[in-house]
Amino acid sequence: MSNDITENTGPVVEDDETFDNSHVLDPAATQDSQETISAEIKDIHDSASGETQPRVNFPPYRSSLLRHPTKDMHHTDPETIELWSPAFGHRDVHTLESDLTVQGNGEPLGERMVVRGRVLDGDGRPVRNQLVEIWQANASGRYVHKRDQHPAPLDPNFTGVGRTITDDKGFYEFTTIKPAPYPWKNHHNAWRPAHIHFSLFGTDFTQRMITQMYFPGDPLFSLDPIYQSITDQKARDRLVATYDHNVSTHEWNTGYYWDIVLTGSNRTWMEGDTDAH
Amino acid sequence: MRIDQNQLAAARDGSEKLVPTPGQTIGPFFGYASGYENVHIPFRDGQHLVNPASPKAVRLTGTVYDGAGDPIPDAMIEIWQADENGQIPQETGSLVRDGWTFTGWGRATADNVGTYTFSTVNPGPTEEGKAPFIHVVVFARGLMNKLHTRIYLPEDTVALEKDALLSSVEADRRQTLIAEREADGTLRFDIHLQGEQETVFLQFPGIEYPVHD
Repeated sequence: MSNDITENTGPVVEDDETFDNSHVLDPAATQDSQETISAEIKDIHDSASGETQPRVNFPPYRSSLLRHPTKDMHHTDPETIELWSPAFGHRDVHTLESDLTVQGNGEPLGERMVVRGRVLDGDGRPVRNQLVEIWQANASGRYVHKRDQHPAPLDPNFTGVGRTITDDKGFYEFTTIKPAPYPWKNHHNAWRPAHIHFSLFGTDFTQRMITQMYFPGDPLFSLDPIYQSITDQKARDRLVATYDHNVSTHEWNTGYYWDIVLTGSNRTWMEGDTDAH
Repeated sequence: MRIDQNQLAAARDGSEKLVPTPGQTIGPFFGYASGYENVHIPFRDGQHLVNPASPKAVRLTGTVYDGAGDPIPDAMIEIWQADENGQIPQETGSLVRDGWTFTGWGRATADNVGTYTFSTVNPGPTEEGKAPFIHVVVFARGLMNKLHTRIYLPEDTVALEKDALLSSVEADRRQTLIAEREADGTLRFDIHLQGEQETVFLQFPGIEYPVHD
């Protein structure tokens, strides 16, 4: 992999969330204040209860306005291919890909951390031998991405992307650098809480999901329309890792623990199936 | 959060299911098609389930639109399908394709004009007389959770007529689930996240889409 990650080539794409020139604030994109956004969030939360997933229609997250379905979802049972998932294995993913701190020629800057946890289905079965992918900002809150022009330094030793395959008990583990919060253009002075993006597969393709893991006690939680698109505190808590001193190691890394639960499998499970992948 | 032993025991003996972890948007930074394909989640040849030069290769393409009718340049589309004989693939190797093994799964990103393209095969019927389809999941910046849908092949009109899912969809929206076949064999399937031609999106048991239920 090359180290010239600062290269900025290719066409410029209109994008109303990311910084294209951080020194010139776009008044149109940033006219709403945090107070306005927070008041909108509060109004929605006040009339909601017990929801377990985010709302796809969540106006405080401005980019959702034209990108959510307005018609009812069509309820259906999965059939044939939908009751299976693609198979991944060590042919697909090298062991080293779960360590995001060894991808460059030197050590990346920032707080070295390990995040560990299980991928489970709704019936508590471990999801074994399945792909987990992550991507994240670096310790300065900058992504390796041409559309991220936030004036925080890139780290030539950190791409922020990793993959692994869950083990026989459904455990995953990544060694990485703790990401920093970063600004975005949803509203004026908008900052995302620090997070790691997770991409997950289950045993059924209907369980496919992408989410974000957050860090405990982040002061930006209450201000963030993406985190707050989940209207129930109990459900939001499911996205927050816990600090785990047993995952920290002596003079090397801090540790976090985070279990992920996929929707229940719809497949008819046979005796012994839980031992297969 | 941590699932404790009591929760796990209750889920395993069937007394109380675990509540699924909420989804979140893929955001804008999941990847970019040119140059960085090895360091972001779109990966080299992710969209090529078969080599485009293969005689059996079929181009599956379409544009992803928002509610204003504008193309979305930062969506990620995944497909999952049976092979041409209707067999469900269970071979590994999707991320490091060897050029010979059909794994049934692919990942493509919408380009600057909102267009995604896969090279794949026409899936066969998984059961005699069943309408063949490709399963699709859509992720995008601005889209807070994943959306599932199906791309039916247009040819077997008898099977389409009998298909349980299609029959349960209002007649005027059914067409949003059926691809168009072009003269060169290309399958065209546009995805409208919102608007008059909004694609029918599927909700499977176990997941909630608040307010949309």
